[in-house]
Amino acid sequence: MDFNKQRQARNNKIHSENSRLHSTLRMWYRGGGEASGDEIYTGYNMTTHQKGALQCRSAYRLTANMTIRTLRDYGQHYRPRMACLKNVEVFVVEMQDPKSGVKGADQKLNVTIIPHVINGQDILAWIVTKMKVTTEEAQAFGTMLVAYGYIYPLQNHRKLVLVPDSTLYRFQTPYFWPVQKWPAEDIDYAIYLARRNIRKKGMLEPYEQQHYDNLHKWMNPKWDFIVMQATEQYKANKERKKPDRVVLDCQERAYWIVHRPPRRTHSAMDYGLDRLIDPNAEEVLTFDVVRRTNIFLTQALMRSAVKSSVSLTAFVKFVTTHHNHDPFLTTPVPSNPWITDSDEFWQLNSRSVDIPTKLSVERWVLSFWELISDPRGRVDFKLFLKKEHSAENMAFYEAAEEMRWGAASAIPEKSQFIFNTFLKPGAPRWINIDGRTMGLTVKGLVVPHRYVLDAAQTHIFLLMKKDTFYRYLKSPVHKDMQKRALVPAPHVFTDAQLEANVRNRNPGISPILQWQQEEEEKAAAAVAARPIDVKAMVATNKLDRK
Amino acid sequence: TCEYNYVLSCISCEPRVLSLQNILSLILFLLPASALTTGIYMIFSTKPEMATQEVQPNETLTNLKAESDTLKTKLEDERAKLHDVELHQVAEKVDGLGQFIMKTRRTLKGHGNKVLCMDWCKDKRRIVSSSQDGKVIVWDAFTTNKEHAVTMPCTWVMACAYAPSGCAVACGGLDNKCSVYPLSLDKNENLAAKKKSVAMHTNYLSACSFTNSDMQILTSSGDGTCALWDVESGQLLQSFHGHAADVLCLDLAPSETGNTFVSGGCDKKANVWDMRSGQCIQSFETHESDINSVRYYPSGDAFASGSDDATCRLYDLRADREVAIYSKESIIFGASSVDFSLSGRLLFGGYNDYTINVWDVLKGTRVSILFGHENRVSTLRLSPDGTAFCSGSWDHTLRIWA
Repeated sequence: MDFNKQRQARNNKIHSENSRLHSTLRMWYRGGGEASGDEIYTGYNMTTHQKGALQCRSAYRLTANMTIRTLRDYGQHYRPRMACLKNVEVFVVEMQDPKSGVKGADQKLNVTIIPHVINGQDILAWIVTKMKVTTEEAQAFGTMLVAYGYIYPLQNHRKLVLVPDSTLYRFQTPYFWPVQKWPAEDIDYAIYLARRNIRKKGMLEPYEQQHYDNLHKWMNPKWDFIVMQATEQYKANKERKKPDRVVLDCQERAYWIVHRPPRRTHSAMDYGLDRLIDPNAEEVLTFDVVRRTNIFLTQALMRSAVKSSVSLTAFVKFVTTHHNHDPFLTTPVPSNPWITDSDEFWQLNSRSVDIPTKLSVERWVLSFWELISDPRGRVDFKLFLKKEHSAENMAFYEAAEEMRWGAASAIPEKSQFIFNTFLKPGAPRWINIDGRTMGLTVKGLVVPHRYVLDAAQTHIFLLMKKDTFYRYLKSPVHKDMQKRALVPAPHVFTDAQLEANVRNRNPGISPILQWQQEEEEKAAAAVAARPIDVKAMVATNKLDRK
Repeated sequence: TCEYNYVLSCISCEPRVLSLQNILSLILFLLPASALTTGIYMIFSTKPEMATQEVQPNETLTNLKAESDTLKTKLEDERAKLHDVELHQVAEKVDGLGQFIMKTRRTLKGHGNKVLCMDWCKDKRRIVSSSQDGKVIVWDAFTTNKEHAVTMPCTWVMACAYAPSGCAVACGGLDNKCSVYPLSLDKNENLAAKKKSVAMHTNYLSACSFTNSDMQILTSSGDGTCALWDVESGQLLQSFHGHAADVLCLDLAPSETGNTFVSGGCDKKANVWDMRSGQCIQSFETHESDINSVRYYPSGDAFASGSDDATCRLYDLRADREVAIYSKESIIFGASSVDFSLSGRLLFGGYNDYTINVWDVLKGTRVSILFGHENRVSTLRLSPDGTAFCSGSWDHTLRIWA
């Protein structure tokens, strides 16, 4: 009696939470209309004893949440939204329709008869006709139904896939469907394992045993309650008829395989990590948030947008111009390394190759950015600039990029170097930018920060893009390269050759080595680009005055 | 249930003046939920405590909210004026795509648990992948050899990135940090010894990416912020606040100015940020569920997002609107990862129903569906030269498709 009073008090305290829980339970008890034979195993046959136990358990769960750390608690508490469940449930309900759904039959298992068993082929055929998809897609969807626990396999209960033959499945009762707001709690699992332990007299499966030991450790204070619940449920179960018992056992086992999958089982309810912030809670619109939203909106209104026709045509243009360069749309020449196992494609397009491929050269023509993004293209462009005696532009651009993306500690020394080399009046590689930008940059360099060269860099970039690039395209350097560019013949490998390719896959150079090589080259180039110090040369007797 | 709780709290708390707002909310509770527009809901969601505050800030808040609404409608009108054509209309002149034969060319087995993230090296053949058990493996995907392996001290390594130079990898996850491991040519060297802890967040790290050099890392975290870090000193260079929930993904802009990045979060928003100032420049909220993955279009003028609502959407940055939705009635399970092909014509999406769908970006139709994984596809990236893409899955394997 005291126990009942305690229970009542607890219930009153957590009234709203409980009532919500009960309303959902009630909904499931009623089953929502399109019932399979399983409905009778949930609401109607539950004894008052069991209902009471559930009530008690639910009340207990809420206090348990406040004190016990669940095993998977990383400081996150909220399940990710599973928007797909609602849509899947619509399908599952339709599948169980006695007229237009999947046809089930009775199945004899030893002496008991299990009602409403369906087989994999029928499920697949139904999905194909209903969703109008191919067999493979239907198989994927069917596997998802099994993986989420809407359908469970009778025989190989650990493998949650849909096998499209005469393998037997049953619909899971809606009570055990994966639902957004009622996650499978550890305490329920503990009660289930304890009951199973009692039934199997201590012979649990290894993964279950592991879970059992873990839960025993974590929930030790509540263990008496758990064992009490388990024994109550065990006794209640014994009073059922044998077929009911078998079916309920299968259902519950399937539920727990989905929510606590053993090692090699892929269950879709294994959703990964919880979220930190409750995704189902609506955003609280505080004063600050709204004010910031308003600032953002006013700024967005001031920014001009482009007409859809203009920007969409730009996309189409981009796709069309790059069509030939996309390995998925146009087979690369000589061959796609992943398909033929020959890495000649990469070798021909590498940075240090003498003569580039025609496709690369065509890509450089598309835009200035494409030209300098391709390492081989940049090499070519630098050669052209050297001929034009405007190599300092590219050097400045690269130095400014290095500063912008480089380490914070290197900024002061880099800015000093750049100033001395490029910006100082009388500097050896003085860049030609307008007075205003120069003034701003020099003033900014007094207290250098990462973005201090932005204005100058943009100016130089635009100069190269709008002027130098077009002159490059008309230059003999480029035209010569276009003539000399290779058009490699496409590979035609016999089967034997393909197999040989597989065995002799080229390991290539480690990127670390390549990086070291490039750094050495850069250092050598920097030394070569330094202005010639006449005095030093005289001092070392290099210049013979005689 | 939110309304229900609110009404309950309205009734059940003692010294309360039932203000106009509360009465209104009680009346509104009787209306079906579908009748509540966002405008009404704004009033509806003011906390009951407001009634006990002074009148002054309460009025200002409602004024602000009204102003917010007018600004939103004004912005929508402005954008609608510029919307003169749909993407599929413009794409009518473009040729249709033929049949594609995409097969698994390599299967990389070696992870002992779910593969959570992967990234390509700039040499177009090496990849780094991370998994739930804390292992980060660097593979030469072409020969399928494992080159380096690091064991992180935490589980659920959800973010990993390869440095542009190819000399380091960055990874992080439940340890709330992003660590950079310099790779070495010596196979026997213990990489964990030279580990450098760079980013420090207050919750799990969901994505990380190097910027144009090895010296800076951009990270996003479950605590709702993104941050830009200097690798050498571990200094925070810039932080980006604006998401109301966990940030799940980010991508850097490939364009010549290279100053922006986009992030997607659990608050269904995709935000475009300016790296220099830390401001959010554009925000798109059309998804119906968490955004799992964002990726820029190769030209840098648009980006695609994949979400738990089973759709992928294309957003145009210049026109400031969503221009395409890639969805099908038979696709019910969320998209976890998206990437474009080199020309931007194809959009590859890895989904939670173990499949990969290939979409025609311009026409909006599905071109192909790829099967092969035995558990959900968690990550998908195109190789730097576009010759193949790699998908990592919770079935412990990575597959290279071409």
